[in-house]
Amino acid sequence: MIKVEHLVKRFGLRKAVDDISFEVEKGTVLGFLGPNGAGKTTTIRMMAGYLPATSGRIWVNGIDVNEDPVRAQRQIGYMPENTPLYDEMTAGGFLEFVAEIRGFRGAERSRRVDEVLDSCMLGSVRHQPIETLSKGYRRRTCLAQTLIHDPPVLLLDEPTEGLDPNQKQVVRDMIERMAKDKIIMLSTHVLEEVEAVCSRAMIISEGRLKADGAPAELKKRSASYNVLTVEVLAPAEEAAKVFGAIPDVERVEPVTEAGGKQVLRLIPKDRQSLAVGVIEAAARHKWMVVGMRSDSGRLDEVFRQITTTDDVIRRSA
Amino acid sequence: MEAIRHSAAVAKREWKAYFHSPVAYIFIIIFLALAGFFTFSVGSFYEAGQADLRVFFFWHPWLYLILVPAVAMRLWAEERRMGTMELLFTLSVTPMQAIAGKMAAAWGFLCLALALTFPIPLTAGWLGNPDWGVVASGYLSSALLAGAYLAVGLFTSALTRNQVISFVLAVVGGLFLILAGYEPVTTLLSQWAPRWLVDGVAAAGFMTHFQAMQRGVLDLRNFVYFASVIGFMLFLTQLVLNNRSGR
Ligand SMILES: Nc1ncnc2c1ncn2[C@@H]1O[C@H](COP(=O)(O)OP(=O)(O)OP(=O)(O)O)[C@@H](O)[C@H]1O
Ligand SMILES: [Mg+2]
Repeated sequence: MIKVEHLVKRFGLRKAVDDISFEVEKGTVLGFLGPNGAGKTTTIRMMAGYLPATSGRIWVNGIDVNEDPVRAQRQIGYMPENTPLYDEMTAGGFLEFVAEIRGFRGAERSRRVDEVLDSCMLGSVRHQPIETLSKGYRRRTCLAQTLIHDPPVLLLDEPTEGLDPNQKQVVRDMIERMAKDKIIMLSTHVLEEVEAVCSRAMIISEGRLKADGAPAELKKRSASYNVLTVEVLAPAEEAAKVFGAIPDVERVEPVTEAGGKQVLRLIPKDRQSLAVGVIEAAARHKWMVVGMRSDSGRLDEVFRQITTTDDVIRRSA
Repeated sequence: MEAIRHSAAVAKREWKAYFHSPVAYIFIIIFLALAGFFTFSVGSFYEAGQADLRVFFFWHPWLYLILVPAVAMRLWAEERRMGTMELLFTLSVTPMQAIAGKMAAAWGFLCLALALTFPIPLTAGWLGNPDWGVVASGYLSSALLAGAYLAVGLFTSALTRNQVISFVLAVVGGLFLILAGYEPVTTLLSQWAPRWLVDGVAAAGFMTHFQAMQRGVLDLRNFVYFASVIGFMLFLTQLVLNNRSGR
């Protein structure tokens, strides 16, 4: 379990991380979101025991990271931003080096290295110098490094940045496979990724925690949440009027009309669910509903709402 | 135990890194060429007609002044520039363990270069009958001197991500430590400074200790001196590395 309490990091006068607190349970894949410069990397660096916190505390499986970073680091696999690696080493040689530091020797070391080379699909570049690797292979080498000692906690700073769609999928699959018995925290700018792999998402902005919850929950804050698109066989004018009269409907936007089939978008009041009301209204008029889709909201909208309001408020003040 | 394992892993990596690039070979060739040149041409080894290695060791402080910073400059500056320091210090390696490993690798490398000068004492042995005790003490003092320069270079390397700056700072630091005990400087100083200050400055410099050991005097104080210079510089390096800013 990870516990972070009132974490603050100051660089000179600027607060890069400003009073962040959260807890993460085993089995969670936590997506860490925020605009550039929000403080994601700084937070993760403190959690990994690289940067000392200005104030606040971090526990990783009960170990205070500030007090005993070395012991905490044994529980953690950390992938820094921008994949720093010893360029002159081969991918295999580098992983051997990491395995040696992590305390494995002899056959066990070779087994672990083989295993991560295999799971990160690096077998083909094992003997290739890291400086000659393509970006995707570099990133996967850096990811492989975090897995050598099979740690209970993975901190990954933008693990899929710069990967092609296939490789992204490979990494996501790996994360999903490991999710069950680890804590995985990853920062990313790819919101679909959060929806695809994360069971929880945190959005920070200007060093502050702005939102925290399951992606599906967060999406409910989006303006398009529960917007209902209805396909109904009904006279044009009338359908808009009848649906517009449902109490929870804010307004109706016609989308298309063809051969007596209407496609309408119904915008709810207060993001209420409209499906039941619409079906009842259609039944009353003996209209056939041939299609209906309720919008589950969009994470990018929520992200934008949360992370731009501050700037807007400040600009207008 | 774990500390030793970490240091050993770092040392091994650094050692391989030296020989991975041509730098190691170039360094060794230049070192041997210069050592030979100074000994046989400038130092007129043959003409001196003595079967001792004084002229050979005489130039070492000056050789090291330039060559050791070249070996040391990348040790931390490169880690900073590449960002690998972040990797290293999150693998549960402590700064002290990493410093020890790097120091061991680089010092080992310098000792290897020094050991490769063995034809020179062999020549002396063939020409005459040198005092092998003095030769051994000369090598020992040279190795210690190289270590002291190296510790200075390791420190300046930790200060910056720029190898050139690290090199220049190390040369300046080394020059200061040479000149502190250099005779022209001490004579100049003694014209106005009190005796104790002159002695203090001279004692802080490399030269008095190096020369004493050159004469075959194995005084514990000289060991203590080199050990404290090295220890102090490594301690400063650790302070710098502990004070991380993340950049
Ligand atoms: N070592 C440092 N010294 C001074 N300021 C720093 C340092 N590291 C980070 N900052 C500042 O702290 C803020 C947060 O940076 P951080 O790298 O944590 O952002 P981020 O959320 O990771 O951004 P990105 O999405 O671009 O990676 C930024 O304003 C940055 O300029
Ligand atoms: Mg970042």
